[in-house]
Amino acid sequence: MAHQIIATSRSRTGIPTGRLAVWWVIGSEILIFGGLIATYLLNRFNHGPSWSAEAAHTNTFIGAANTFWLLTSSLFVVLAHAASERRDARKTRMWIWLTIMLGGFFMGFKTYEYTTEILHGYTIFTSNFWSFYYTATGLHGFHVVCGMVIMAIIAENDIKNERNWHRVENIGLYWHFVDIVWIFLFPLMYIAK
Amino acid sequence: MAEVAHAEVGHGEHHDDHHEPSFWSKYIFSTDHKIIGFQYMFTGMAMALIGGYFAYVFRMQLAFPGSSIPFWGTLSPAAYNSLVTNHGTIMIFWVAMPVLIAAMGNFLIPLMIGCDDMVFPRINRLSYQIFLLSAIVLLASFFVPGGAFGGAWTSYAPLSAKAQYNSTPFGAPLWLIAVTLEIVAFLLGGINFITTTMNARAKGMKIYDIPMMVWMIVIASILFMCSVGPLVAGAVMLLFDQTLGTAFFDANAGGDPVLWQHLFWFFGHPEVYVVLLPAMGIVAEVTCTFARKKLFAYKLILYSSIGLGILSFFVWAHHQFISGVDPRATYLFTTTTLLISIPVAIILFAFVATLYGGSIRFTTAMLFALAFTGEFLLGGVTGIWLGSSGTDIYLHDTYFVLAHFHYTFVPIAIIATFAAIYYWFPKMFGRKMNETWGKIHFWGTIIGFNGIFIPLFILGAGGQHRRIYNFQNYPDLAGADMQDMRVFATLSLIVMLVFQIPFIVNFIVSIKRGEKVGKNPWKANTLEWVAPSPPPHGNFGPVLPEVYRGPYEYSVEGREKDYWPQNEKPESEAT
Amino acid sequence: MAGHKHPSYLKIYFTLLILFIISVLGPELAEILGLEGVSRVVLVLSTAFGIAIWKAYLVCAYFMHLKVEKIYAPYILLACLSLLFVFFFGTATDAMFANGHNWVKEYSEEKALAEVIARDEHHEDDHGHSESHDDSHSEEKSH
Repeated sequence: MAHQIIATSRSRTGIPTGRLAVWWVIGSEILIFGGLIATYLLNRFNHGPSWSAEAAHTNTFIGAANTFWLLTSSLFVVLAHAASERRDARKTRMWIWLTIMLGGFFMGFKTYEYTTEILHGYTIFTSNFWSFYYTATGLHGFHVVCGMVIMAIIAENDIKNERNWHRVENIGLYWHFVDIVWIFLFPLMYIAK
Repeated sequence: MAEVAHAEVGHGEHHDDHHEPSFWSKYIFSTDHKIIGFQYMFTGMAMALIGGYFAYVFRMQLAFPGSSIPFWGTLSPAAYNSLVTNHGTIMIFWVAMPVLIAAMGNFLIPLMIGCDDMVFPRINRLSYQIFLLSAIVLLASFFVPGGAFGGAWTSYAPLSAKAQYNSTPFGAPLWLIAVTLEIVAFLLGGINFITTTMNARAKGMKIYDIPMMVWMIVIASILFMCSVGPLVAGAVMLLFDQTLGTAFFDANAGGDPVLWQHLFWFFGHPEVYVVLLPAMGIVAEVTCTFARKKLFAYKLILYSSIGLGILSFFVWAHHQFISGVDPRATYLFTTTTLLISIPVAIILFAFVATLYGGSIRFTTAMLFALAFTGEFLLGGVTGIWLGSSGTDIYLHDTYFVLAHFHYTFVPIAIIATFAAIYYWFPKMFGRKMNETWGKIHFWGTIIGFNGIFIPLFILGAGGQHRRIYNFQNYPDLAGADMQDMRVFATLSLIVMLVFQIPFIVNFIVSIKRGEKVGKNPWKANTLEWVAPSPPPHGNFGPVLPEVYRGPYEYSVEGREKDYWPQNEKPESEAT
Repeated sequence: MAGHKHPSYLKIYFTLLILFIISVLGPELAEILGLEGVSRVVLVLSTAFGIAIWKAYLVCAYFMHLKVEKIYAPYILLACLSLLFVFFFGTATDAMFANGHNWVKEYSEEKALAEVIARDEHHEDDHGHSESHDDSHSEEKSH
């Protein structure tokens, strides 16, 4: 845009506009994932024994490894934010790319997990537990991929040119939220049996 | 917070040396909030014509079953279902939402809070583009094999979930995709409205200086954002049921069809208030301006609408009283449903109290605003019967329900919207609409509207069920007296549609030839009347206005003029 | 955001890791000890979900800086979260009592459990022929 818009520079709440919007995005995402998790829980309570038996087939090791990747990536992205506050472009980009790498590990493990499960006959049609499993983890995986793409854009388009530093924090908030969703999906799908 | 420096100058000089932008960048891919507001408004109006045409076709079928309908031909049962379904979907998601929230919000919020654009102009443009895509997807669903989805706008599972039940293998997923895209568009737009109002208000505009219209759109956006999440999750699940063959909502495989109803109505009921609140905001603005009086109980209205918003999350299961919800839950939901009439009544009575002792000017906009107050009251009062689980068992899914919610939605989406268009037209295009033709349009619309739905109340109380293609097949409902009322309703609909022609002509002619007006033709207080009409790019010129008082200081004692613009400096400072 | 003091991110991270290990080991421990009934439920719930909430709190408070953020942000999130509870409990009043007087439910929990167990045994029988097993299974479901 050719001219500067004054509206974007105002901040009556004291929260920068971009971050405020990210909070609202996270609020709406809470309800999207929360709606899915709430319906899952309702079903889980209704179909206790058969769903427990189904849940026994999920691969706890991969789930745990994926939790580890995401927790670590959360640390990396917050370090990227710390570096961006020091206006250290090299460090910021490094931490962002490390975060993307861990997101890649997550998706790689996820792919392996899906493959083995489908090969063992546990597809999205097998039973409603598996439908929920694939829908919830799939929706979460979609968010992970989106986050990775946006982070790559921020690292290469903004931080490389030393501008829009606040975007590092904004994407970081989103990434932490995706991490938190996994923190809840992990016990729901993998360890409660 | 170093990034948010308060550098509010240097706006004017930048775009003076611009070369004239092309038509495409000026009107189609613009990021200007006013242009995006117009895009939403015109798309919404076009969709309203389509929705009205659908209503005409299926009302003709009900009045004269089996006959060939002018401009359509004979209507098959499947097409009847598609038309009814898409009439509902279009009128709520592609007319009420875009015109009331998106068009009015985009056009008015930056003007009313005194800034030059939305805080995320490009997200704003993206929001409209997704919305346009969703409208195209919905209309495209009429041309796929099997036809458009016909399982009602509520899309209840299992009817919507399996192609073998609804026999629209492509129409049903397309309908769902269109609705989901539309939701995404309004999530983006809504977050933009909320952040703009939270962060970009003019200097001096405190929390109680915000015009009611802005408050209402923001509360509505928050309601929408908070209620729609579970439906998005549900839509993904339903889409998998339709396309992949999962069984989330299939009772035979352990799913729960009523769960879809919960997911839908947890959104669906707050949605009513999402469109109601902006309509009330419009009526508040118009009533104050033309009664020349301060809005009665500003804070009470504000708190009532917040309370309304919160309560609206506790009432959704009153749509499901007879679909198998636990009878004990109906106690709870009956109570909350009856409670929610209290804040609505407070707001409506505050509008009536605003009129008391005012010096009322019956412009077209004011007539529409007054009509809203009266007609919506009727819609609200008939809701009491439906909210009580006992009477609802009898009235559920009859034309009584249909007439009830049309008595709420038509005042919201049609009458209040017309009030807004007549009121803000001078600001949008710099010219006034013709008042005489406006009044003809008003009376035709109101008489036509009541003529449609009063007979339907009677028919519904007489037991006429909804979603029936041909009542002649049901001897109890095929009596001559009932058929006469159906014919009367259909003729009233045609009257109402015909009386939209003066409006459309008036609208188009007034853009070019209407009476030219200055900045503030209605002598109103709010900030949008400070900007030139029509506002240029950047709205207020190089210096943005400052706010010194509330938005409704009309007829203040001791002042020569009967209005007191929000940005006028107090005399102690001016001298 | 300059000016406020950051907590040590590494410290938070290691706390999260320890909590994570406990949350994995808890249910395993219940399995090993052979706990049944209430004690098993308490152990699994507290280790799996109690710790999930704790972890989420740590990430929110320190990584997302909600502790030092303006008060609007936590209010937004808490409002959304509380509406979720409204949805859950409102729906639970119905969905948890999904038995009607006027309709027959063909689905039964016992049958579903038996199906899962039968499928598992079948699976153990032809271990290694997963592809053919997959086919037979999908046929089984399709009717």
